[in-house]
Amino acid sequence: MLNQLKEIEKSALESLAAINDQAALDSWRVANVGRSSPLMQVFAGFGKLSKEEKPIVGAEANRVKVALETALAERAEAIKNAALAKSLEEEKLDVTLPGRSVNIGRLHPSTQQLRRVLDILAEMGFQVYTSREVETDDTNFQMLNFPPDHPARDMQDTFFIETENRGDNPILMRTHTSPGQIHAMREHAATNPQDPPPIRIALPGMCFRYEQITARSEIQFNQVEGLAVGKNITFADLKGTIADFVRRMFGEGARLRFRASYFPFTEPSAEVDVECFVCGGKGCQVCKNSGWLEILGCGMVHPNVLQNGGYDPKIYSGFAWGMGPERQLMLRNKINDIRYFWGNDVRFLEQF
Amino acid sequence: MKIPLSWLKDFIDLNGLTAEDIARKLTLAGMEVDEILYAGLEMPVYKEGEKHEFKTNGIAWDKEKIVVAEIREVKAHPNADKLTLLDLFDGKQDQEVLTGAPNIFHLKGTGKLEKPIKVAYAKEGSVLYDGHADGHVLMTLKRAKIRGVDSYSMVCSEKELGITDESDGIIILDDDAPVGMPLADYIGDAVLDISILPNMARNASVIGIARELAALTGRKLMKPTIEFKTSGASVTDSVEIEITNSELNPRFVAGLIRNVEIKPSPYQIQRRLKLAGIRAINNIVDATNYAMLELGEPLHAFDYDVLKERAGKNKIKISTRTAKDGEKLTTLDGVERKLTSTNVLVCDEKGSLSLAGVMGGSESEVYDASKEVLDATGIETKPGEMPQGKITSRGKSTVNILLEGAAWNFINIRRTAKQHNLPSEASFRFSRGVHPSLSEQGVKRGLQYMAAWAGGAVAPDLVDVYPLKPKDSVVDVTSQDVKRLLGIDLTLEQIAELLTHLEFKCEIKSDKLQVTAPDHRMDIDEGVVGLADVLEEVARSYGYDNIPTTSMADALPPQVGNPVHEWEEHLRDLLVAVGLQEVVTYRMTSPEREARLSTIENYVRIANPIAPERSVLRRSLLTSVLEIAEKNARAESIALFEVGSVFEPNGNDLPFEPRKLAIVMTGSRLASAWDVKDAPNFDFFDMKGRLELLLSGLRLTDISYTAAESTPFLHPGKAAEVKVNGKIVGVFGELHPLSKEKFEMGDAPVVVAEFDLDLMRSLNPTYGIKSVPETPPIYEDIAVIVDASVEAAAVEALIRQTGGKTVTNVRLFDVYVDEKIGVGKKSLAYSLTYQSDKTMTDADAAAIRNKIVKRLENTVGAKLRS
Repeated sequence: MLNQLKEIEKSALESLAAINDQAALDSWRVANVGRSSPLMQVFAGFGKLSKEEKPIVGAEANRVKVALETALAERAEAIKNAALAKSLEEEKLDVTLPGRSVNIGRLHPSTQQLRRVLDILAEMGFQVYTSREVETDDTNFQMLNFPPDHPARDMQDTFFIETENRGDNPILMRTHTSPGQIHAMREHAATNPQDPPPIRIALPGMCFRYEQITARSEIQFNQVEGLAVGKNITFADLKGTIADFVRRMFGEGARLRFRASYFPFTEPSAEVDVECFVCGGKGCQVCKNSGWLEILGCGMVHPNVLQNGGYDPKIYSGFAWGMGPERQLMLRNKINDIRYFWGNDVRFLEQF
Repeated sequence: MKIPLSWLKDFIDLNGLTAEDIARKLTLAGMEVDEILYAGLEMPVYKEGEKHEFKTNGIAWDKEKIVVAEIREVKAHPNADKLTLLDLFDGKQDQEVLTGAPNIFHLKGTGKLEKPIKVAYAKEGSVLYDGHADGHVLMTLKRAKIRGVDSYSMVCSEKELGITDESDGIIILDDDAPVGMPLADYIGDAVLDISILPNMARNASVIGIARELAALTGRKLMKPTIEFKTSGASVTDSVEIEITNSELNPRFVAGLIRNVEIKPSPYQIQRRLKLAGIRAINNIVDATNYAMLELGEPLHAFDYDVLKERAGKNKIKISTRTAKDGEKLTTLDGVERKLTSTNVLVCDEKGSLSLAGVMGGSESEVYDASKEVLDATGIETKPGEMPQGKITSRGKSTVNILLEGAAWNFINIRRTAKQHNLPSEASFRFSRGVHPSLSEQGVKRGLQYMAAWAGGAVAPDLVDVYPLKPKDSVVDVTSQDVKRLLGIDLTLEQIAELLTHLEFKCEIKSDKLQVTAPDHRMDIDEGVVGLADVLEEVARSYGYDNIPTTSMADALPPQVGNPVHEWEEHLRDLLVAVGLQEVVTYRMTSPEREARLSTIENYVRIANPIAPERSVLRRSLLTSVLEIAEKNARAESIALFEVGSVFEPNGNDLPFEPRKLAIVMTGSRLASAWDVKDAPNFDFFDMKGRLELLLSGLRLTDISYTAAESTPFLHPGKAAEVKVNGKIVGVFGELHPLSKEKFEMGDAPVVVAEFDLDLMRSLNPTYGIKSVPETPPIYEDIAVIVDASVEAAAVEALIRQTGGKTVTNVRLFDVYVDEKIGVGKKSLAYSLTYQSDKTMTDADAAAIRNKIVKRLENTVGAKLRS
């Protein structure tokens, strides 16, 4: 009997070793450890054995059973691993094929840049104030200290709207967002004419100039202005605020300089240059070899403008500064043609 | 304005300052230097990685190799007719130099020159611009044989030395040029190209810039000495001046110089003028230009004899007046100008002489008979060449000059110069404001130069009519003002010192400084504006860089936000989230362009359009976005939106600017990929799905969609109006085939939407976040067969109504049309979700379902599909 068990074990293990697939393995299981397998026949024939034989044969039969089952499990594992390895091998992708895209939406680059600027201004306490795009000569020019036919008007060639004669106050496309200064000051002053409240606002929006449309000039462009008015605001505060803004906008290390300049609605006025962030000031095409980039204009609000806004210039002072989001984008991204912005070629837009 | 450093040095000691130092100081003080052009002086050399400060251009002259030399004889070239050989002395040795210069050719073979000609001489190895190349090409002078003669050096033209682009003849230096001196030491220069701000007319002059530099460096301004001998009869004996409108012409000064000899100006003068960008003409015209550039007062020279002839036996009577409408004047440039009543003229009794402050008339212009001018073309003939065509000739050169210096109203001059499109050096200055005090100084300076360069005798007096003297501006400044507005602590003495450099008169009166503006300035007001004007000068002189940077100590206003702006930004985010690309388009379009979508009669029109296709302000935002879709028609998938204003006319008042949203989608619904073939195109329901998400993102409820059959540009069967709270906020649908035809787009349908944002924003959003139920839902599908004309929305409404709040979701998942279910019928299959606070059983759901089916049978004749 013991010999028979040895024989069963030997032949079963031999046949198992030759098996390479699940189906053969299943047949093997039935044939060798199944109910009618020779091994199970041994267990079935147990009753016929003598009292002495029983424990010996029983122990041996159990050993063989465990041995076969262990071998079966190992074999099954091996076959599964082999199959997995094979299928993994077969499922190999060409990972260099392009990915499957989705159509996503994007904001126009100008909107993105406007948001960057306005977010920074909001952190600094300047809140958004928007106003109309079509204005009168009064609010766009005269109240901002540009009298009719003033030479400073040469700096802002203007689109006029066809109307019947309105004398010295024609309707026009705003040439800057500064008319908003007048609107905002008047609104604030109206809340308490005797003691108008302080103002800190950001004025974003589209502006228009009579220019030929070329790579360098456009008939419309966005502008953002900051305006602060109060009883205790100095040119030194203007410098500090702009330095703060420039740091947030262009980075901690951004060097800047204030150049005296002229705008009718501010006095003293300045232009602010940032050290060229393309070349680090070494001179390149973007900064036209000057090492500096002109990024904004600013100044102390002119007394006539304060007066026109309802703020007494003997008591109040303030400052304003303005900049162009498209210009910032052009400098930052070395865009050499401003016409891309309103051209709206999706191949341009989707790069932002 | 271009200013040569050599000229500045006439008025200020610039020792120890490089051109870049000077440019930096001027730039920071508001006189921005755009470029430094080197014409001889040593140029800064930037090493790799070193920082630039200014755009520079030009050429430096080697002091060893380029020197002043003299030509002693002009000899013929043995083998070339057009070339000459020069015997030349360079200060150390004799040289033989080959040249083809036409301006000494006439001296060929005349033997030893009585008076040697001084020239700019470049030796072998000199680096110069190639005189024959286009543009500025550097070359190194090398030894060569030209027609058998050894050539190793040259006499230079202005182009070769980078002074002008003139390469036709060689430079002939003034007679007193020191032979052997390095040319760079003699006339080496650098030119600052300075932008003049509109409020700085005073600095459109050499003296103005020198004055600013004196203030910026603390050096002394050396004012010009205006001195000359006079003789002969008084001007007032023969000339009378009348000003009819002193507002337009506050002052008119005239001086007389007799017996001048018209010839070229000294080379030094010509060179400075040319570097300043002014053509050298002759000593008289040059003197007026030179004095103008120096002091900032434009001058005008009349041929005195012409005026005398016109006056006949009478005294010359010059008057200034406004022109009559339609009056004509031929200006110096040969153009006949038709005048209007705002133009001011300088006249004599015979008629008009010049367009005041802008340009002279041709009739009384200073005349040089040696340079006859071709009529109409205005091309000068070259010496030795016969002029072709009709010649304007007055026979003899001018001998007596009446020199005008006047003051004009700057606004009026600006209008006139613009009206006639006549930008000139004179109108540039006069249109920005030139102080009347300069009229006299200018005339005297001009006469001084004429006497020096053209000989002649200056008459002992001037005719000076000065009816409107500007009031001196006086401003009181305190230390407190400076602190309050600039944020710096300065004593009255310190303020006075800063201002005195700029020639303000300052007087301390107890706790304030009384400041009087100098008489060359028109830009200083009085009162609170005057204070700002003066403080600007304090800040500039103090240096913006020296003012500290501080944080605002003023109270921060209450932060209230801007709900309108924030709502629109939120809207943009929602539109982007549903896969739309934002575009921003031009506000200006034309009625014809918008007519492709719909014809609109009434537009806000641009009075001065830049082009016919940008003649009005847009009324249809959708057309603008469609145009962009058309431009991008080659893209596989287009999904665009714009948020912006349109413009509705409002009579003679400001137009309305309603805010709109426009959306355009066309092309493939899916992003292209290598394994996606024939993806479906965007259609009505792609748009509707996005709009549903958009409206729910805006927290709007009570939304309904109704068929919009009569929107002209939409497909009548594929268009809907969107109502919120019963108000129509927008319309969307597929573009009408006839409208689509007008745009060059692909075959795919174009779906569009347009919304009224002002209305949408005014609707109250209903914030409703529902709790998520804990009990299990029961899902059940039902399909009903109805007439094809029954709207899905009606069926769904009935289901919801009947089901009540237990039916928490109704989703249409299939629409099926087939003869098998009946002709003119459709099957609508819905997936229902039943859910309530307590766990529901199938029997509970069945009871509700039966009610629903019954209701549908009764109301819309629906049959349950088995």
